[in-house]
Amino acid sequence: MSDRVAQAWGLLPEYLAWHVLLSASALALGLLISLPLAVAASRSARLRWPVLAFAGLIQTIPSLALLALFYPLLLALSALSQTVLGQGFSALGFLPSLLALTLYSMLPILRTGTAGILGVDPAVREAADGVGMTPRQRLFQVELPLAMPVIMAGVRTAAVWTIGAATLSTPVGQTSLGNYIFAGLQTENWVFVLFGCAASAALAMVVDQLLGLIETGAARRKRGLMIAGAALLVVGVLAALTPLAAFGKPSSYVVGAKNFSEQYILAEVMAERLERSGGHVSRKEDLGSAVAYRALAAGELDVYVDYSGTLWTNVLKRQDNPGRAQVLAQLTTELKKRDGVVVLGSLGFENAYAFAMRADRAKAQGIVSLADLARQAPRLTLGSDLEFLSRPEWKAVDAAYGFNFKQERSFQPTFMYRALSGGEADVISAFSSDGRISADKLVVLTDPKGALPPYDAVILISPKRAGDERLLAALRPLIGSISVEAMRAANYSVDRDQGKASPAEAARALHP
Amino acid sequence: MAQPAIELIGIEKRYGARAALAGVSLDVPTGQFVALVGASGSGKTTLLKTINGLIAPGGGQVRVVGEDAAAVPPHQLRRSIGYVFQEVGLFPHLSVGENIAITPKLLGWDRARTAARVDELLDLVVLPREVAARAPAQLSGGQRQRVGVARALAAEPKIMLMDEPFGALDPLTRDALGTDYRALHDKLSLTTLMVTHDMAEAVLLADRIVVLKDGVIVADGAPGRLLATTQDPDVRALLEAPRRQAERLRERLNGVAS
Repeated sequence: MSDRVAQAWGLLPEYLAWHVLLSASALALGLLISLPLAVAASRSARLRWPVLAFAGLIQTIPSLALLALFYPLLLALSALSQTVLGQGFSALGFLPSLLALTLYSMLPILRTGTAGILGVDPAVREAADGVGMTPRQRLFQVELPLAMPVIMAGVRTAAVWTIGAATLSTPVGQTSLGNYIFAGLQTENWVFVLFGCAASAALAMVVDQLLGLIETGAARRKRGLMIAGAALLVVGVLAALTPLAAFGKPSSYVVGAKNFSEQYILAEVMAERLERSGGHVSRKEDLGSAVAYRALAAGELDVYVDYSGTLWTNVLKRQDNPGRAQVLAQLTTELKKRDGVVVLGSLGFENAYAFAMRADRAKAQGIVSLADLARQAPRLTLGSDLEFLSRPEWKAVDAAYGFNFKQERSFQPTFMYRALSGGEADVISAFSSDGRISADKLVVLTDPKGALPPYDAVILISPKRAGDERLLAALRPLIGSISVEAMRAANYSVDRDQGKASPAEAARALHP
Repeated sequence: MAQPAIELIGIEKRYGARAALAGVSLDVPTGQFVALVGASGSGKTTLLKTINGLIAPGGGQVRVVGEDAAAVPPHQLRRSIGYVFQEVGLFPHLSVGENIAITPKLLGWDRARTAARVDELLDLVVLPREVAARAPAQLSGGQRQRVGVARALAAEPKIMLMDEPFGALDPLTRDALGTDYRALHDKLSLTTLMVTHDMAEAVLLADRIVVLKDGVIVADGAPGRLLATTQDPDVRALLEAPRRQAERLRERLNGVAS
């Protein structure tokens, strides 16, 4: 417990620095755009409605979705700039997070800005004209100072929202305090989850109080208070950012990981070997399944582990199943030809989609295979992870066996296993290398029709690293070196409730 | 003949189908104190605001000291014309002194000259100099309007436009402020155009009364002569109102005494 807290504290400077940099930039950019827009909206009733409606619409998009949507958009823009200017940019990490959070911060500032300026006493406005102010002087000397307390209230709301939503930038590859939450959720490290929540909440509260100082200063017309609030804010941001200067060393290799324990462990195994060979490594973890491959093809990741079946169905859009060896062979040639991506080879185990049940229940109901399951399905509830039901694998297996479950429910993977042992689900879409299969006494149902494709874990290397001998030499020994039992044990050491290992510790145990 | 301070030539203004001003022409000689009177909606405020460009006329020409007002940027025109209105509109985020100093500051006066001017103006409008440091909200209604007058006079304008300046004040304060302002008008040789709906105030303060009705001038002359010359029954009723009021007041007050 205490070593997990110590571990969390150790990560704080880097996570906090990125979180502050991201939220402060988004808020500053949001202010820069929203204030002039609010002034324009307060001047023109025709502009007011569409501007406020658009900002309100953005606000209704779930923030995680907004962040995710910027990735393909930026990827397309980057490709465009590559062809037009010969210079692309990274569509992953800081940029999509910044843009999404900026949009997110705009509504409260726009709303209060417009209302604040419109709320200035018409007599005062007439007096400003009467004494001979230009429209610009009237805005800066009268309207904005008088609207300031109202505008600051909006800035405070925007700041609290932005800091909270910035935790969601982790899945698009931006380090933030969300790293604690997402990693903690995957590995059932509740200390991490709590730590991330507390850190982000504390940051939001401190910033809110300092902005409140400026607001009070503006309302009571105390310049000293405003300056004190602003100065403390600037000093705080700068202090939080200092670790970034230290982290600024160039990292030559970017190792990616999707958002589950096995991926964290394998990323650590690869990172360790690369570092031992003298390379600098940075990690981009918690990536969405589709994001990871596209990022690799675009050269934003150098290496990560994916699964042959996933690539087969999602990237190559194949529905057939020519067998394990054929899938691997065709993937190797197709991905190279299509995207220049190198399939270095299989690690030696499969992490396949598999249907699992509690051994006692399966035995009682006489279910051994998916064909048996299909017969009993109308009385059973299927628990799946968040993406399985929308994946082609599910469509293929459903088409082959014709399932008709009483209910289908989606869970975050951790809770999916809890649901199975608690009886909220009767059968789940498990992963065959998951340590919990043996630990929870589950049975994996057989697939007599071969509807589920094979899922060999393979190392993928980006096109620009295809000829990097140091990288290839460091990773080649991993091919064929990890058995499914070893992987299960490593996964379980990270996922279990008691005596948890960190992914780095599990990696060292798995591949010393 | 000397150049008039203000010349209005065929001023028109329409709000939708309604004509607020239907071709108003008026010359105001330098140094004159003119009261613009008329019922609500007669166009008197609209006419006043066309002079400093707060309202752009739909037709006709405004000339201020011989110059076409439309040819000057409106903010420059307003810096040379004092403007006082009923709501005063003091800037709540500035002190009384900063309020008075606003037009000199816009004109780029140096600090010493501006500070001396603020003191001078507080004396002129009979306010103690200490109020300069106070916030407008700490003043009474009468004091606030005195600050409003001081602010309008700050950049030494020769023309003052006043829109029911004392309308919101109690009768005693109103009387005192009116008398004090008339004295300032004479002392500083100002040209004043004042909108009022109070005939007694117009008769007591102005050299000349101009009566507007439905956007046209229906009577124009010195207070004493106007009643003798006008034929319009509405104008007669308006002009006789203060006298009738005075007579009734005398009757009732005498009645109480006897």
